[in-house]
Amino acid sequence: MYKTNKLLKIFVIGFLIFLYAPAVLLPIFSFNSSQVISFPLSGFSTKWFGQLLNEDTLHDALLNSLIIAVLSSALATMLGTLTARAASRYKFFGQKVTMGFILLPLILPEIILGVCLLTVLIQLGLNLSLWTVVLGHTLLILPFATLILLSAFNNLNISLEEASLDLGMNAWQTFYKIILPMVTPGLISSLLIGFVISLDEFIIAFFLTGVDPTLPVYIWSQLRFPAKLPSTMALGTILLIVSLILVSFFEYYRRRIEKYSQALTRGK
Amino acid sequence: MNFSDQDKKGWRLLGLPFIFSVLLLAVPLATMFALSFWTQDYLVLKKTFTLANYKEAWFEPVYQKLFNRSLIISMTVTFLTISFAFPVAYFISFYGGRRKALWLFFITIPFWTSYLLRMFLWKVILGYNGVLNSFFKWLGIITEPLTFLLYNSNAVIIALTHGWAPFAILPIFVSLEKIDRSLLEASKDLGDSSFQQFFRIILPLSIPGLIGATLIIFIPTIGDYITPKLVGGPDGLMIANMIQVQFSKANNAPLSAALSVSSLLIVGLISIIFVFLNKKHLRTF
Repeated sequence: MYKTNKLLKIFVIGFLIFLYAPAVLLPIFSFNSSQVISFPLSGFSTKWFGQLLNEDTLHDALLNSLIIAVLSSALATMLGTLTARAASRYKFFGQKVTMGFILLPLILPEIILGVCLLTVLIQLGLNLSLWTVVLGHTLLILPFATLILLSAFNNLNISLEEASLDLGMNAWQTFYKIILPMVTPGLISSLLIGFVISLDEFIIAFFLTGVDPTLPVYIWSQLRFPAKLPSTMALGTILLIVSLILVSFFEYYRRRIEKYSQALTRGK
Repeated sequence: MNFSDQDKKGWRLLGLPFIFSVLLLAVPLATMFALSFWTQDYLVLKKTFTLANYKEAWFEPVYQKLFNRSLIISMTVTFLTISFAFPVAYFISFYGGRRKALWLFFITIPFWTSYLLRMFLWKVILGYNGVLNSFFKWLGIITEPLTFLLYNSNAVIIALTHGWAPFAILPIFVSLEKIDRSLLEASKDLGDSSFQQFFRIILPLSIPGLIGATLIIFIPTIGDYITPKLVGGPDGLMIANMIQVQFSKANNAPLSAALSVSSLLIVGLISIIFVFLNKKHLRTF
């Protein structure tokens, strides 16, 4: 038993190295002074980060991506809340089919979502803009938001709701004062996951954006120019650090909530 | 037809998301389906019914080759990802102790980098002057850089296996967590070795997670565009790249739609057969 355990541990460590290999290279090359992305390294430099400050297209792309990510994660969380509440609280006609349909983009290849959305937009004669990307991203994020919120709503104790109604609150007050605070961790994770997925999504944005590139579309265009690679690596490093901070903060917050609710159920 | 109170309340909530999904998913999918039976002459769309696009998509060697390659790549990726993910999920679930959440966190960290850049970095790792080649050279194993690493199907498989790892680890971990540990104690008491225990209890009980992981990786990877484009070279391109080329550069949206519908049919059919074959496991447990 001990031996298999040890072999397993070696395998897991090997796998972690495989997982971390690309992410570790990102900061290494972004601080490397050479323009060529290869070993051996030539020297330490922060010039590639400095270069990012002067890229106006990058700043526009970043702003576009942030706007899209905020709007689409908010929209998806709103629709996801309605879906999750309906599915967790009621049993009704057509529920399973509709739920399956709403969750479908989770497994549909993104290229197909991109192609069919663009087909409709062209047929309708609509112009491509940031709004079309927002709609596409909302569609893509909605399944994630729904699944996250579904687990939040399923954990609710129905008797708290009933107690609130018995004590004279109306349905809105009950929702606002009882249900909403209890699903807040779910809402925050839904917003956060949606934000991160939208910020990173390339194909749908590539198809649906008009003249305004999003951050991944900008990065894609930069990958073609060898001269731009080191500063793109620097950009990737910044993105990695920002998302690490976001995710760590979220993880810390989630654990505190978990501990707090455990303490509550224990009656402390 | 009578609607119960539950029906009314449920649909009052679900109405808006349902309309959203119909407008942004059902209508576009239906339009794409219709488009696949039309033809395009430069920029003008001819809306007369024809099967010509499907004939081209299914019988032209170019597309047959792309479909075959895409299928082989995504099946290999699915198989590899799951075989790597299982031991990792097993380790976290059975030996993770109180640090399970931390382990899962560690596993997801590398995936918070941009997918584009991660795939691009595989080009840096596998390239002619890449990380692996310079490392092997430094070790003295090779004198000339290896050229078979990048710009072929294998590079696509490596990069995708990496990119989809967490999507396999998480569902398998969840199904392993659900296994009642007292079953293991019982089988141990009744004389099962660890080996028997694994094959008779742990593996069969984790099948729902394995099936979930298989579908969640197999279906989307067949339509991956970025990875083959970045590391695949001409011999590693997949069907998604052709769908994009036909749609934009070749101005043949109907053929692109027919290719999309065909790939959906193929993955859909394979997935249904796969789930059907495993129905027994899903029902018994």
